[in-house]
Amino acid sequence: MSEMECLMEIPEDAMNPVEPFLRMDRIPHIWCAGCGIGTTVNCFTRALLNSKANLDKVAIVSGIGCTGRVAGYARLDSFHTTHGRAIPFATGLKLANPELQVVVYSGDGDLFAIGGNHFIHAARRNMDLKVVCVNNMIYAMTGGQTAPTTPGHATTSTAPYGVSEPAFNLVSLAEAAGATYVARWTTFHVMQLARSMEEVFNKKGFCFIEVLSPCPTLYQRRNKMGDGLETMKYYKKASKIRNGAPTSECGLTKDGEIVVGKFVDRDRPDYLALMRTQMVETLGDRYAEPEIACCETEEVCSR
Amino acid sequence: MAAKGYVAITVERCKGCAFCVEFCPTKVLQLSTAFNSKGYHPPNVVAPEKCSGCDLCGMYCPDFAIFGARYAR
Amino acid sequence: MHADPKGVLTGVHFLDGDHACCEGTLAAGARFSAGYPITPSTEVVERFALRIPTVGGIFIQMEDELAASIAIQGAVWGGAKAFTVTSGPGYSLMMEHIGYAAMTETPCVFVNVQRGGPSTGLPTLPAQADMMQARWGSHGDYGIIALCPNSPQECFNLTITAFNLAEEFRVPVMMMLDECVGHMTEKVTIPAAEKIEITPRRFTKQPASEYRPFKPTEDLVPEMVQAGDGYRFHVTGLTHDERGYPSMNVEVQDSLVRRLQEKLKPLANGRALFEAEDLEGAEVVVVSYGITSRVAQRALQMARERGIRAGKFRLIQAWPFPEQHIRDLAARVNAFVVPELNLGQMVHEVERAAGGQAKVIPVSHAGGGVHQPEAILKAIVEAAAL
Repeated sequence: MSEMECLMEIPEDAMNPVEPFLRMDRIPHIWCAGCGIGTTVNCFTRALLNSKANLDKVAIVSGIGCTGRVAGYARLDSFHTTHGRAIPFATGLKLANPELQVVVYSGDGDLFAIGGNHFIHAARRNMDLKVVCVNNMIYAMTGGQTAPTTPGHATTSTAPYGVSEPAFNLVSLAEAAGATYVARWTTFHVMQLARSMEEVFNKKGFCFIEVLSPCPTLYQRRNKMGDGLETMKYYKKASKIRNGAPTSECGLTKDGEIVVGKFVDRDRPDYLALMRTQMVETLGDRYAEPEIACCETEEVCSR
Repeated sequence: MAAKGYVAITVERCKGCAFCVEFCPTKVLQLSTAFNSKGYHPPNVVAPEKCSGCDLCGMYCPDFAIFGARYAR
Repeated sequence: MHADPKGVLTGVHFLDGDHACCEGTLAAGARFSAGYPITPSTEVVERFALRIPTVGGIFIQMEDELAASIAIQGAVWGGAKAFTVTSGPGYSLMMEHIGYAAMTETPCVFVNVQRGGPSTGLPTLPAQADMMQARWGSHGDYGIIALCPNSPQECFNLTITAFNLAEEFRVPVMMMLDECVGHMTEKVTIPAAEKIEITPRRFTKQPASEYRPFKPTEDLVPEMVQAGDGYRFHVTGLTHDERGYPSMNVEVQDSLVRRLQEKLKPLANGRALFEAEDLEGAEVVVVSYGITSRVAQRALQMARERGIRAGKFRLIQAWPFPEQHIRDLAARVNAFVVPELNLGQMVHEVERAAGGQAKVIPVSHAGGGVHQPEAILKAIVEAAAL
């Protein structure tokens, strides 16, 4: 396996545990040196493995952006949709086939600028979706423009004199909108992130995980914050794990403290449970269980 | 003293970010002075006997270029 | 394959076009709809919301048309037959996702009950001014199918046709109603389920290792798949190869984008849906669609009473435009008269197909009402005198 001379013996059958989950015919990927998105994918892979999920029933939906490219590399039923609209696509997918475990994997700009409305409504409805937001505080793919998560005073290509807008506090927004699980980690916190991802696979309802990640090519470089490694060291130094902290107190600044942890883990019935309860209450036995997925038989169009 | 684990490196995938070097708990790795064909310095195993096979390097690597594993007993 | 009786309201009904369209979706096997209220289309999904819980499916009112137009596509890839419903302003919002459906070859139906425009326009009054938008509204080169019912009965029948064509061609299909047809109430006969032909989804029978989600079969349409069956497929709006993987190769772009239009060619020629009357020996042919064709029917009657040999070519399918038929007609008639509830949209297609072989006379109307038969008659008389 190793093409370098080394002093270790590598077993014949050694294989990177992440490879079965990737479309290896598309590797190497497009992400930059020091970008953290690939790190989050490792955590996602471990979570899938440990949760023993049936991978044929896990679907991944992403939007547009660097993080949006994750769907193309994951060896699952994967959907690379339009900018900001991964969540409503995922809503339709889940409602048509509730057996699917539907993961939305997208970036901060995609999910919270153009996609903001869809995020809050899906959280309000408690749609059974697992949303992973890789927050690099920038629109990376298009060259480093301001995102709603870019902290004040940071420089971007569309705020060359410094951002003057306040940034969204994503975890507070998610909690307020109704998410049943809210956590934030950084790409330094690989074990905790993998654990959070595994937890959400076993939880019904709208789950949100924010992961802070370096964008060394744009955000970090323009703001003279070093490379990916420098950023990871900063995450390690500046992060404070405060499980259960009030999300309103977890805002992020350009170089301040980073509060990480699991902030919200509550139970409330998900959209389909609520819908069914309401329908049964009003219709009684006139209610017909949804049989939405299409017919395969030649005879009659029904399943 | 036999190592508890090993690391395997796919040199051509590496982008020299050094996450693995930094976060290996037992400092098994250092960035090599050699280059891969893209001009990056991949990691080198400098202390193989210290490797526990914990796979933290694999968890951190954004390019899927390294992983660790325990030797089977 | 015939319709699932659970969704078929067999019998003789008195329904308006919107309601009949809803019954059409149910008869066609649609079990998922996502919508957003907009006059004059809302009744379609209001009825669906009322009916679907006892048929067995889901309606979800989304937060906007952008969400509705993509939620239905998620549902399609989850295995559903799905549709959404809107009017002008909502149709404009849906354009990006109509392009996504065309690019990813997602079979689904978009119902546009056209109203006065542009912008907020005349929410409660008819127009037919979204016809070009139906064809060209999204960016890039792609193709769609558009059908124009002219009665509540056709709203029922053609909705089923729309779903069938969507499955056959793996393409989004536009049901172009107008406020008049949508809100007029007429007799609608719904047959027994076994009399309704349904085109099944062209699910692949190949194993996952061989299936390619965008590899065309002989008729240029790829086989379909759904999430959850182990195919581990990828769908993207980026230009993609047969595996669905993004590609920046110029040849891949050329072959993909040409095929998206080529696959619909049969409908431009032999399989075009239209209604013809008195074309033999006609000197003038009136080309119309939707509510305008009902007014044109009266005008044609009046013209024939005056001894004019006037024929009818009613577009049931506006897109792909049935150009071969118009081209053939242009060779033997003097003129076409094209009345529309807009300032001239489909008339340009008639002109293009006629290729100068016959005169083309538009009868425009800015919308908000319907033509008087006299206005169309005047044009027919003028055409006959040429």
